[in-house]
Amino acid sequence: MATFTLRVNGRSHQVDVDPATPLLFVLSDELDLRGPKFGCGLGQCGACTVVVNGQATRSCVTPVSSVGQNEITTLEGLGTADAPHAIQQAFIAEQAAQCGFCLSGVILTAKTFLDRNPRATDEQIQQALSGVLCRCFGNGRMLKAIRRYASERTV
Amino acid sequence: MSHHFSPDARQALGRAGFTRRSFLKGSGAIVVAFSSSAIVDTLGQAFAQGINGTGSTQLDSWIAIGRDGLVTAYTGKCEFGQGLYTAQLQLVAEEVCVPMNRIRLVQCDTSVTPDQGTTSGQQSHPSNFNTANLALAGATAREALIRMASAKLGVPPADLVARDGLVALRSNPSRSIPFGDLIGGQRFDLQLDRAATRKHPREWTVLGTSVPRVDMRDMVTGRFEFVHNLKVPGMLHGRVVRPPEVGAAVSSVDEDSVRDLPGIVKVVVKGNFVGVVAEKPWQAMQAAEKLRVNWTRGTPLSPQADLYSALRKQPARDTLLVDSGDVDTRLAAASTVLRSTYFHPYQMHGSIGSSCAVADVQGEKATLWSATQSVYPTRNTSAMLLGLKAESVRVVYVRGAGCYGINGADTVTYDAALLSQAVGRPVRVQLSRKDEMAWENYGNAFVIDQRIAVDASGNISVWDYEAWSAARGGRPGYNNPGNVVTGFLVGANPAPLVPRTPAPAPDTPLNNGFNTAPSYIAGRVGNSAQGAGVIRSERVLSHRVLSPFFTGPLRAPERLQNTFAHECFMDEVAAHVKADPVEYRLRHLNHARLSAAIRAAAKAANWEPRPSPRPGLQRTGRAAGRGIACVCYEGDNGYVAMIADVAVDWNTGRIEVTRLVVAQDSGPISNPDGMRNQIEGGSIQGISRALGEEVTWDDRKITSIDWRTYRTLSVGFAPPPMEIVLLNQTDGEAMGSGEASITIVAPAIGNAVFDATGVRLREVPFTPERVLRALRASS
Repeated sequence: MATFTLRVNGRSHQVDVDPATPLLFVLSDELDLRGPKFGCGLGQCGACTVVVNGQATRSCVTPVSSVGQNEITTLEGLGTADAPHAIQQAFIAEQAAQCGFCLSGVILTAKTFLDRNPRATDEQIQQALSGVLCRCFGNGRMLKAIRRYASERTV
Repeated sequence: MSHHFSPDARQALGRAGFTRRSFLKGSGAIVVAFSSSAIVDTLGQAFAQGINGTGSTQLDSWIAIGRDGLVTAYTGKCEFGQGLYTAQLQLVAEEVCVPMNRIRLVQCDTSVTPDQGTTSGQQSHPSNFNTANLALAGATAREALIRMASAKLGVPPADLVARDGLVALRSNPSRSIPFGDLIGGQRFDLQLDRAATRKHPREWTVLGTSVPRVDMRDMVTGRFEFVHNLKVPGMLHGRVVRPPEVGAAVSSVDEDSVRDLPGIVKVVVKGNFVGVVAEKPWQAMQAAEKLRVNWTRGTPLSPQADLYSALRKQPARDTLLVDSGDVDTRLAAASTVLRSTYFHPYQMHGSIGSSCAVADVQGEKATLWSATQSVYPTRNTSAMLLGLKAESVRVVYVRGAGCYGINGADTVTYDAALLSQAVGRPVRVQLSRKDEMAWENYGNAFVIDQRIAVDASGNISVWDYEAWSAARGGRPGYNNPGNVVTGFLVGANPAPLVPRTPAPAPDTPLNNGFNTAPSYIAGRVGNSAQGAGVIRSERVLSHRVLSPFFTGPLRAPERLQNTFAHECFMDEVAAHVKADPVEYRLRHLNHARLSAAIRAAAKAANWEPRPSPRPGLQRTGRAAGRGIACVCYEGDNGYVAMIADVAVDWNTGRIEVTRLVVAQDSGPISNPDGMRNQIEGGSIQGISRALGEEVTWDDRKITSIDWRTYRTLSVGFAPPPMEIVLLNQTDGEAMGSGEASITIVAPAIGNAVFDATGVRLREVPFTPERVLRALRASS
């Protein structure tokens, strides 16, 4: 066991865990966050995605000891139900979800990609999301919501 | 407690330790806010019901109104991502005449909601949105409230109208009584009234509109509580250790191998069920990996390449759905007979979140938080495994990842229950990706022989269907926990498959619930003719054999496999007689609504009448084509037609779907955007299943165990432009829309590939390798 201080959604948390523990379990079990979810535990689907220092990161395969002092943002750190972030608002406007389990991967991967590539083409956006899975296949609406956000943020 | 409880119900409540407080605490994200008397009364009602999934005849089981006028509705049909929670809120708002934000809907909790069996088969609209169950409860409540107001105000009911939570005088709306003053906190004490009038869709103001999903904000901001997020005080974490091979049994478990691991609480072995419980999820995962278990060798599996020939050779249970008795003689006498065989593999639900449940088994009582589609059946079968009385087990539905049928939700509920019972504390279990994918109940593999005869005018005169499909287990229902892997591992057997040859002659009117019969036959049995078509020489014969793998309903179960064979074969016959595939279908149909859906799709697609393949076929580069498929889903639960445009690359075998047009009639539409969302998702899932998805195995075990070994389309896959025509038939009954569109995706694509290339694909999935082989074989 070892003590780590994590910066999550703008707040500091001290946790005492096995250093090999994947970040996901610390976020969901120790800090009670609901955004990042265990989908595959193999870094293949994206459901556990969080933003670490501006990078979309698969928290299920990221040991907590590797995170250091980097700022971590989860889906609930982007915006609230009353004041959603613009990309979350775009998903609401397009009703771009069915079961909603995959949304951390979809929204955070798209947001971090567009933060770095604000003028990305549709094909580049699709490429960026080619490692993110949604088994309800909300693809159409999700890509539309992402394009809506992309065009709004570059206006 | 109140005198309203039956003695049985009182005892059951006492045994289970239920109080209103525990109910409110356990109800997850739903905050139930209404007068306490209403919920206590309704609690009693729910317990007094039977267990056959028949809902309830008592109004108080469905609707309670508090003194504050808040309406609480109870439903046995659950939301799992398809939008049903919002649609049911709309239904209650519409029928009871109260704003949606004054309603709380409680779904699927065996301590308070009516037993409506399983939420599946796009049956929720037929069940709850027509003239029974929740819809009838709403209408009965509204009429009862109007009668109460009539007595209070001394005016005839006809002079009164219910709206916005009030009953008002039609002539003077300012004279009104709030619902809470009429019934607040009391029981209705009424039976559902079959004569109560539902509002006609023409009068709808809430139903029939695209109300946004009420759970959408919480989902996209990460606040929605899935069963995966549920926390129960004192909760431990469990992990299961499944056999390494199909049919392997435990010979020994070395508990010392994990004794010194941090956080370990217990190793649990029950028959061939093995699990570990630890303080933290990561500790449980480590322990499950390190636990040394000696297993016997599994059962040898026949090679995957031989699957379809092996299906034909096993002892089978035969069923004849339709048999006009003249099929063999007429085929023998016909001048033109066509035959083809179609192959459909096992496919999986592959939920994006591996399944999870939380259980708290304390002595003689248990509470299970589960994403099962079947809370009452799961209550009964869990009780069987735990050795408890069914009424001492409470199953509370909490949403999981989208399931598309029986994923791991039921089996992981048993896992959590068994582990919790072993340690006497609440236990959460989430399956590993491999345990989810290697042991779930797959969609059945099918091989289907089709034969037809064509008469002198080019019409089909005989249709002969014969299929072999593999099954093992399925939904546990109320009695068969061995139908899923955990129940089997602790010693319960799957429901037996009893061979039967030959099949008895059909003696009941055709029920085409699995779309075993093609749409084009008359479906004559005795004096009835329940088919959707005109072909009167007809035989539909099925052989069900035992599968080495567990199987169960996967979105459009069996309907999809059967319809693939029917709709591709219809296209082959149309091509043979050089008929336009749309016109040829219409010619063989005797079903106005399916025909209307076909015409609507053809119109929206600007369908050009001509036979397939297209004139001037190109045999290099990128070839384009179009194809149609249609179905009366489950015979009478939604009528849908789809036209696919594709481009096929002769060099790579890659199929690109370039456009989809869908026309669907599901009766009066509750929520147009919700229906579109289902059609869109179903269609894209259909593309994924048609082009890539297939369960694989080697000589001993399943090898499609993660997202590298089971092919699925990603979010980066840009779906084709989709045009959806909703045929809003307001005078008909409400039907479902979650499964209809996926049923016809593979045949629409396969038929379009034939149109583009002249090459017929008869085996799903249409992977580039398989398509390339077929293209090369043709040239």
